[in-house]
Amino acid sequence: MTRAALLVLADGRFPAGGHAHSGGAEAAVKAGRITDPASLEEFCRGRLHTAGLVAGALAAAAVLGADPRELDAAADARTPSPALRAAARRLGRQLLRAARTTWPCAELDALAREFPKGAHQPVVLGLAARAAGLTPQDAAHCAVYESVSGPATATVRLLSLDPFDATRVLARLAPELDRVADAAVEAARSVAAEGVDALPAVSAPLLEVMAQAHAAWPVRLFAS
Amino acid sequence: MTVTGVRVRARARIVARADGRGGTALPVLDGEGPLAPRRTRSAGTWAKVVLVGAMSGPLGGDRFTLDARVEEGARLHVGSAAATLALPGQAKGEARYDVRLDVADGAELRWLPEQLISADGSDLYVTTRAELGAGARLVLREEQVLGRTGEQPGRLTSRLTVRVAGRTVLDQELSCGPGAPGGWDGPAVLAGHRAVGQMVVVRPEFATDPPAARMLGEYAALVPLAGPAALVSAVAPDALSLRRTLDDVLTGLD
Repeated sequence: MTRAALLVLADGRFPAGGHAHSGGAEAAVKAGRITDPASLEEFCRGRLHTAGLVAGALAAAAVLGADPRELDAAADARTPSPALRAAARRLGRQLLRAARTTWPCAELDALAREFPKGAHQPVVLGLAARAAGLTPQDAAHCAVYESVSGPATATVRLLSLDPFDATRVLARLAPELDRVADAAVEAARSVAAEGVDALPAVSAPLLEVMAQAHAAWPVRLFAS
Repeated sequence: MTVTGVRVRARARIVARADGRGGTALPVLDGEGPLAPRRTRSAGTWAKVVLVGAMSGPLGGDRFTLDARVEEGARLHVGSAAATLALPGQAKGEARYDVRLDVADGAELRWLPEQLISADGSDLYVTTRAELGAGARLVLREEQVLGRTGEQPGRLTSRLTVRVAGRTVLDQELSCGPGAPGGWDGPAVLAGHRAVGQMVVVRPEFATDPPAARMLGEYAALVPLAGPAALVSAVAPDALSLRRTLDDVLTGLD
């Protein structure tokens, strides 16, 4: 493996379409629940320990060779909001397109055949990491980082927040990101023996409910 | 029931079976200690059971298990006489409350207990796992109230898993209260709301004709799941407004 492959995959400029999604931040800003760096940090922390942990575990399990169909079904069961399921598949399809060109391999081709409408993004992320020769830990770190970097970047645009403040929020969360990534990998390792039910299923009720409200807005800056 | 020191292990079992005359019999209706299922009046094809709390609890260190099986052609309605109150106990460690529901092909279960209230200082891990046959029908409501009026909540983790024909259609865990992973009361998860609930509806016809997603006010949504099921997910300032939201949907189902 190469360490730099992780930087390529985790780079915000990797052409996978993530910039069009706010991870629920747009709805939370509109509702007045994100107003400043402190509330952005609490939002990101909540997302990290719920959607972030689940995404990290799915991605790590994919690197470890768990069946992508089972992981995708597990992601569906952990994502009640159809708006969020659709967003995750759209992001998965875009990421797969980029990853197949970047790290061509039979496994990614098979995934594209299996899921013409896209698989859940964390599953694709895990298989892309695997194709790039990266570890389960790398994939989990990528997924949990994305779970907070998306909302932080979006909030800079939505609130005209100082980008330095948003970056400081991410830096303050870094030790928690490490712990969540470790927990994600540990859960992923139990999938081989216990099946996908061993994956975490932590949910954030407001993220799910607000995603449905957001999807119905006639005009919005972000797709989710 | 076994009592070890100050810890209680209790188990209750309900089996509902078609009685062959268009009604539902309850060949097994066992409880012990704090878990006491009682048969109440039947309505048409339905058997009705009310869970009566005969002791307080669950307290720290307690372990409760509740199993209900609804066999082919039977229809069971389960409610409870009062809210379940998770309290701190003399024993250290978390309490566990595990509910296992088995609904056969062609059977129907309405699982509509009262709220679970997480009192200050309590520590409870509750799991609800429903296994349904391909043609089974289910309405399952669960509501959590974080603290009694004006009180801080205890530590509560709740996992709800629903499987239809061997396939998991819903798997959701919520963890809140002191010591829960960070952000649980923040803008992404509960944002100060003190009541949170879900209602799952499983019907075979939802496989081809699912209900359309819609908002139910500002803090609740009805969504079709990936499978023959729909979910109402809601947060509310208190138990009463949460119940009102879920009841509106329940009434609309009939």
